[in-house]
Amino acid sequence: METAIALFGDYTLRTVAAGAILLGVTSGALGSFAVLRKQSLLGDTLSHAALPGIALGFLIAGGRSLSAVLAGALATGILAALTMLLLVRRSRLKTDASLGVALSVYFAAGVVLLSFVQGRAGAGQAGLETFLFGQAAAILRSDLWIMGAVTVVSIALVAATWKELKAATFDPLFAASLGLPIVALDAIMTAMIALAVVLGLQMVGVVLMSAMIVAPAVAARQWTERLSTMVILASTFGAVGGVVGALISATGRGLATGPLIVLSLSVITAISLAFAPNRGLIAAAIRRARSGRALRARQVLATMDRLASEHGHPDYATEQGMLDTYFGMSTAGLLRHLDQRGWVRRVEHRPEEGVHWVLTETGSEEASRLPGDEGRDDEGQNEGVNGGRR
Amino acid sequence: MSLHEPDLAVHVEDLTVAYHAKPVLWDVDLDVPPGVMAAIVGPNGAGKSTLIKAVLGLIRPTAGHVSLFGRPYAEQRHRVGYVPQRTSVDWDFPTTVADVVEMGLYGRLGWLRRPGRAERARALAALEQVGLSDYRDRQIAQLSGGQQQRTFLARALVQDADVYFLDEPMAGVDATSERAIVDVLRELRDQGKTVVVVHHDLQTVRTTFDWMMFLNVRAIAQGPVEEVYTAGNLRATYGGQVALLEGSGVPGATD
Repeated sequence: METAIALFGDYTLRTVAAGAILLGVTSGALGSFAVLRKQSLLGDTLSHAALPGIALGFLIAGGRSLSAVLAGALATGILAALTMLLLVRRSRLKTDASLGVALSVYFAAGVVLLSFVQGRAGAGQAGLETFLFGQAAAILRSDLWIMGAVTVVSIALVAATWKELKAATFDPLFAASLGLPIVALDAIMTAMIALAVVLGLQMVGVVLMSAMIVAPAVAARQWTERLSTMVILASTFGAVGGVVGALISATGRGLATGPLIVLSLSVITAISLAFAPNRGLIAAAIRRARSGRALRARQVLATMDRLASEHGHPDYATEQGMLDTYFGMSTAGLLRHLDQRGWVRRVEHRPEEGVHWVLTETGSEEASRLPGDEGRDDEGQNEGVNGGRR
Repeated sequence: MSLHEPDLAVHVEDLTVAYHAKPVLWDVDLDVPPGVMAAIVGPNGAGKSTLIKAVLGLIRPTAGHVSLFGRPYAEQRHRVGYVPQRTSVDWDFPTTVADVVEMGLYGRLGWLRRPGRAERARALAALEQVGLSDYRDRQIAQLSGGQQQRTFLARALVQDADVYFLDEPMAGVDATSERAIVDVLRELRDQGKTVVVVHHDLQTVRTTFDWMMFLNVRAIAQGPVEEVYTAGNLRATYGGQVALLEGSGVPGATD
């Protein structure tokens, strides 16, 4: 704790942490919409497509001027997004394939340009390769103002067009029939994500930037069924991941900040995927186990009912050993489950030593309903992990 | 601006829509008078959904024009309700049933205005109408197919329109939901509203609708169901491919 406080006194760390928070808030909020629109790859394409722009900016400005480099990154990023949109509209390629095509073409061009720049005499010191994986320590106090401005603008934009974005994201066809300008909304959203990506390049780098867009949104989606909560949570996760990554990288020499931020976000995402109450993997496994046990318990109930009718009286005491033999497993747990529901009752049956059970009145009623009861109708049943909640 | 065919709820003339140079709709005329419940019937790939989307300006036609009560769609938006195919959206979206229904009001709310108490009340009234009052706060992923469809219908109901377009509202829907949907549509018709439904089930056309169109890329026939629902028209629509540009040989087709 003390080291953490001491670390916060560090000027560079404070700048890096502040930048990481701003970046996390922006990319979390915008990323929520990208993920819900099934455009998770958009961030990846935009960031990879920034690489040729970085190299071009360097060539045109004749040096490592940050504004020239970022302007170049934004330009080629947006160009790639337009390429993608054009492919979707004019060709038979779907969004995912179009994003993949744009990503690889622009990134390949970027790598070629980068090697060209670095091969030139005197440009060896350009250090453009830091944009591949980011170099958080290079962030200046003055950069924070730009990052802050982008954060404020993007949050304000999301707030101002909230209902339009929501409708266009959920059902673009219907939104268009209402007269909402979905193409313009799409363009604004893409431009904002491109801006956020460009801002993140210095910190996280071209290769990992898409994680900043996708991971917080995916993690947030696990915990909530409300869009507003999801966006706020994603921003929070983005900020927390950013700060944690920055702090960890400050504890040792040579620990790259960007990848650590992405790793922190990945931990948050992994925890969310596993432990979220309704959508989490563990919750789903528990639900499956419970319904499996309920099904087996019903089979036990049906067996007891059949034994009772074969023996000709409803109070027939079934010995537990018989059931164990019949099912080839211990039925003690299942019988306890049935006992808790009041469907079976434990009885003595001298001179036999073993545990005996009889059906209660509600138990035999339940057993008589069994065949129809197992055949659930399709109301309320849905494919998917969270559809089967009862 | 002068009105073009103001006595018709829907007027489509010479409409051609093409995807990649392949016509999906060819020279289609459609006239629907106000106050009817109309079915658009035809085989898969006949362009039924495309016709609705073209009428609503969601697809740009290659040729032809559309007017609703005498004016183009852009001017009549507020008089139109739309129910897209329920499979066109991802139902695993973080929102509630009542929220989805409120979306029907987003168009008229205007920019920067949030839905408030009045909008919520209208959404709940529409949910009541489709029999989903108990589901208003449900997450939409928990709905069955029929309930999803009724949610979409409720969203169109809050639009309080004069003409409703529904794309396959009875597809993959349980019997309870189908009955609820048909009841609501009949109510609308009885209030003098016009209902246009893309329909796939030939069995129920005669019992449910009073106006219909046979469509298979071309308009095969249209008019009151009892006049149009004939063996000849059925064969022309479903039996074999109807050859393009050889319209003269198509039996029962109206010009």
